[in-house]
Amino acid sequence: MKISVAVTVNGKAVSAEVQARTLLVDFLRDSLHLAGTHVGCDTAQCGACTVLLDGKPVKSCNVLAVQAQGAQLTTIEGLAANGALHPMQAAFRQHHGLQCGFCTPGMVLSAIGLARENPNASDSEIRAALDGNFCRCTGYHNIVKAVQQGLAEMA
Amino acid sequence: MTDITERDASVRERAATARATRPSGPIGARIERKEDSRFLTGMGQYTADITLPRQTHAYFLRSPHAHARIRGIGKQLAEHMPGVLAIYTGADLPESVGGLPCGWLITGTDGQPMKEPKHPLLAQGKVRYVGDPVAIVVAESGDQAKEAAMMLQVDYEPLPAVVDVREARGAAAVVHDAAPDNTCYVWALGDAAAVDAAFARAAHVTTLEFANNRLIPNAIEPRACNASWSAADDSYTLYVANQNPHVERLLMAAFVLGIPEHKLRVIAPDVGGGFGSKICLYAEETVCVWASKRLGRPVRWTAERTESFLADAHGRDHWTHAELALDRDGRFLGLRVKTTAAMGAYLSTFSTCIPTILHATLLAGQYTTPAIHCEVTAVFTNTAPVDAYRGAGRPEATYVVERLVSTAAREMGLAQDEIRRRNFIRSFPYSTPVALTYDTGDYEACLDGAMKLADVAGFPARRAEAQARGRLRGLGFSSYIEACGLAPSNIAGALGARAGLFEVAEVRVHPTGKVTLFTGSHSHGQGHETTFAQVVAERLGISIEDVDVVHGDTGRIPFGMGTYGSRSIAVGGAAIMKACDKIIAKATRIAAHLMGAPAGEVRFLAGTFAVPGTTKNLPFAQVALAAYVPHNYPLAELEPGLDEIAFYDPTNFTYPAGTHICEVEVDPDTGATQVVNFSACDDFGNIVNPMIVEGQVHGGLAQGIGQALIEACVYDRESGQLLTASYMDYAMPRAADLPSFRLDNRVTPCTHNALGVKGCGEAGAIGAPPAVINAICDATGAKEIGMPATPERVWRALRAQRS
Amino acid sequence: MHGFGYYDPTSVSKAVAILDDKPEARYLAGGQSLVATMKLGLSAPSDLVDLRQIPDLRGIRLERDGSVVTVGAMVRHAEVAESRDVADRIPALADLAGMIGDRQVRNRGTIGGSLANNDPAADYPAAVLGLGATINTNKRRIAADDWFHDLYETALGAGELITSVAFPVAEKAAYLKFRNAASRFAIVGVFVAKTRQGARVAVTGASPQGAFRVRAMEEALTREWSAAALRPIDVPAAGLQADLHASADYRAHLISVLAQRAVAATL
Repeated sequence: MKISVAVTVNGKAVSAEVQARTLLVDFLRDSLHLAGTHVGCDTAQCGACTVLLDGKPVKSCNVLAVQAQGAQLTTIEGLAANGALHPMQAAFRQHHGLQCGFCTPGMVLSAIGLARENPNASDSEIRAALDGNFCRCTGYHNIVKAVQQGLAEMA
Repeated sequence: MTDITERDASVRERAATARATRPSGPIGARIERKEDSRFLTGMGQYTADITLPRQTHAYFLRSPHAHARIRGIGKQLAEHMPGVLAIYTGADLPESVGGLPCGWLITGTDGQPMKEPKHPLLAQGKVRYVGDPVAIVVAESGDQAKEAAMMLQVDYEPLPAVVDVREARGAAAVVHDAAPDNTCYVWALGDAAAVDAAFARAAHVTTLEFANNRLIPNAIEPRACNASWSAADDSYTLYVANQNPHVERLLMAAFVLGIPEHKLRVIAPDVGGGFGSKICLYAEETVCVWASKRLGRPVRWTAERTESFLADAHGRDHWTHAELALDRDGRFLGLRVKTTAAMGAYLSTFSTCIPTILHATLLAGQYTTPAIHCEVTAVFTNTAPVDAYRGAGRPEATYVVERLVSTAAREMGLAQDEIRRRNFIRSFPYSTPVALTYDTGDYEACLDGAMKLADVAGFPARRAEAQARGRLRGLGFSSYIEACGLAPSNIAGALGARAGLFEVAEVRVHPTGKVTLFTGSHSHGQGHETTFAQVVAERLGISIEDVDVVHGDTGRIPFGMGTYGSRSIAVGGAAIMKACDKIIAKATRIAAHLMGAPAGEVRFLAGTFAVPGTTKNLPFAQVALAAYVPHNYPLAELEPGLDEIAFYDPTNFTYPAGTHICEVEVDPDTGATQVVNFSACDDFGNIVNPMIVEGQVHGGLAQGIGQALIEACVYDRESGQLLTASYMDYAMPRAADLPSFRLDNRVTPCTHNALGVKGCGEAGAIGAPPAVINAICDATGAKEIGMPATPERVWRALRAQRS
Repeated sequence: MHGFGYYDPTSVSKAVAILDDKPEARYLAGGQSLVATMKLGLSAPSDLVDLRQIPDLRGIRLERDGSVVTVGAMVRHAEVAESRDVADRIPALADLAGMIGDRQVRNRGTIGGSLANNDPAADYPAAVLGLGATINTNKRRIAADDWFHDLYETALGAGELITSVAFPVAEKAAYLKFRNAASRFAIVGVFVAKTRQGARVAVTGASPQGAFRVRAMEEALTREWSAAALRPIDVPAAGLQADLHASADYRAHLISVLAQRAVAATL
């Protein structure tokens, strides 16, 4: 069953024909060629595929593309503007909050989503808020520092 | 490994002063990573991001049984499914295709070589673990390949299986007919008679028996490959998530597929973490390469996470009995270790050297224990193969030593630091009774540093405060040693290595003085594009912006052994220094010619060639230009160009060491353990980029704490099924499971490489597990708590204490 | 994942009509369990009827002078966790919603989906049982005590659709959860409530049959609302879940510890 999905991705209106079973992450990666959103698991736990759906972090591997009909989506490709990193991206770089880079897009978007929910999050609140994102490289220490700074700069 | 008498005094001197000479240079600076821009903007290119023209997609059908005979495979239904292009089983592989090789031959105590049964790419006759690949289906889409695979009809005759390392010998199940008692080898190191004598005169003996729990590496990027074949020149290109592309190419071309090595280009692009699991040559990418020619189309495969759990090489899985003999003052007299190590169903690439060469040799730890004997029995089990996982052998050794030392201290009423101080090695070089020679170190400095960081002095007050809240606090020490940069090649070869252990660097100076570094090391998170640029920039006196680092491509890099065992800076970095030295030597002669001075009088400092005592000087870029525009040039004695390759084979391992102190709080009602503080004071020798080194330590600590508290790979003893086959059942450390870490370091520069560096990638994973378990034992009073120390295990230990 | 038909009706009656027509169809709420099981091939509905366009299934309302908090079936866990009305009236319910899964799951998962799925280790069943909530469907009102039948089985009939869940406000209530370190589901979760009809204690995660009440604890707490009142009560391990993550003994012990702590947290 082919269905036309129309969404706004990183500020641009796009539409494409997809199967009903097409996952949002596959729609982004395969139909829209936005390969910065990664797939790290098949049980919707690692969070590498996190994108913002109407401003809220969701796991795009566990959402059907059709469920996003009409939504505003933000992926990692949509953060930097005019060659300048988003404050959260810049904070990750400054605090060495990434190593292999694979979990990074999901981690950064999850952190940006936090700015709406809890802009003054403490160290332990940030750790709790990252419960849906795995990182195997950093031990989270520098991610927490980066998120703290990123939130402060987004405020 | 003991033969490190060759010590170049000038190398040692340079290493010791590497930082002092140019404190303001790139080496030692916290420089933000060059690679981050692409990773942070979604521009990284991982294997699964690559789509080739006429792309096809592969799916592997895997065994649902731990052990079974394959009576037959029916393809008819699957072959007619939509989009299916080909289905191959083990029977379809030609005779010329070999099995996957093991890279290290271990010779047993009986003088016989290890049992090395064939490791077919696709099961032939039998499957030997749940997840063993049985068939590949190639189709126009990934979904089609998977749907067709589900229609394959495999007739299995289930056989008895053994999955527990303790039960392998003597089990009714026989994994390989060639190893009737499931034994791959029995190997030993050390002087058994001397150890017996030490125990005979001991005032105290501490004995422990424990598992080193099996782990699943879980790089967040699943394994992936994309293989293509070109009819134009009968050549192959393989993109693969891999840590050592040249080794991958050599093994695949020469030992499995029989492809001329120069006709196979292996590219490991951005790789999302490895931790050892992407060192090995695996069946999947090898079959895809083979199939790409059969089909004349590129074949792509990306593991689902479930497949990563089932079929990535696992780590650890030892069962160990260990005894430490002490005199009445707590001085170590002897150490006796018997370990049974699981190999899994087949020998993975480096599996056999891990419980032997990388484990038994580390059992001296930081101590002067005069007599050590270790016997290792490697067994086959009906499980995924076991290979390197962060630390590989060295965490197992450190766990043995540090659990024994802490337990002995408690049994003898000695303070944890005191028992260590009484036994530290203090004079270097030091030859251990287990075949290593430590070149340098200052173990007490790290112990003192860690105790300060951990505020050990304030611990009694914190413990009392916790007690008032009904919580138990404990402090655990771990003084680890690590051997990095396995070397030198000739001694490793004598011990059974089937590969070299050098590293390669090519420094290509372009006519404008910009530099491209081609390194045989591979970065999959380690930040080499920055660290290595710092090394080149420092040595050539140029900006790090003017240095680009190329890695992970056999088509562009002369050769390389890749990245594992914390070897990149110690071996790869030293190779870069050597290549830079060659560049400087040649450039000095060019500069001498241009300045009309004898080469012996030209000095190179901070990017400028000069003749001391004169005003003559030339910037590096100008000399580079002359090398490529050789108009005024000594053509008769010097080739044009400025491009040098260096192969560097180290004379010894490097020996990072340090002390980690973990503080835990245990909830006695639930057994839940929280790591409230973790302090690590490490000695990695000189440090090129402290920011990156700290990141490496953080990551290693997270994996070590994960092993100690929550991570465990569990197979069902009856069915042989993997019970922890997804993140629903295999616990990965999340941010809230971990504390912020307190780090410090001390520096004793490595004496035998030009950078004075030792490596830092595995230290955390090595030091942390015993620190955590020692802390829980301290908190609860238990003598032994198995890893992972789950709440229920801790609760049961507490209950046993009370009754 | 197998292919399926997809519908996104705008009213409850239209949604139900599709299900009446297609017995192998399933409702799709947040999809956090359903899509995951479909990906793993454990579920293969002929059609999905997406409920996201139905306004009647949304929103949190105070009813009966604020003595009942009614949560629409499509209300996401994060909305409950962040709702001021819920925090004011039944803070334990907001706390519980904030402990479900992880942040991304809470942004998608819904109360209706959770209750229809009835995972034996899910959190919401503890609140529904512990507060004596009423599940409203397109056909009827079902009391919590009649809702939970067995593992993944509820009173919900074929094609029947949950529209909202009505939680009576309790005098005191608390939920404590001991998490599975891997999945973040409950190894044991205990919801205690002091209601007008007496004390209720509901446990999730501990039984292979799903959430259940602990009558002995309820009787003790009805007599005296204190942690001490629970201390003498021995929770039998027989019949409790035993798996890779915890034995039945340990789960029984945790029920006791968490129940006492939950009561203490309300004081």
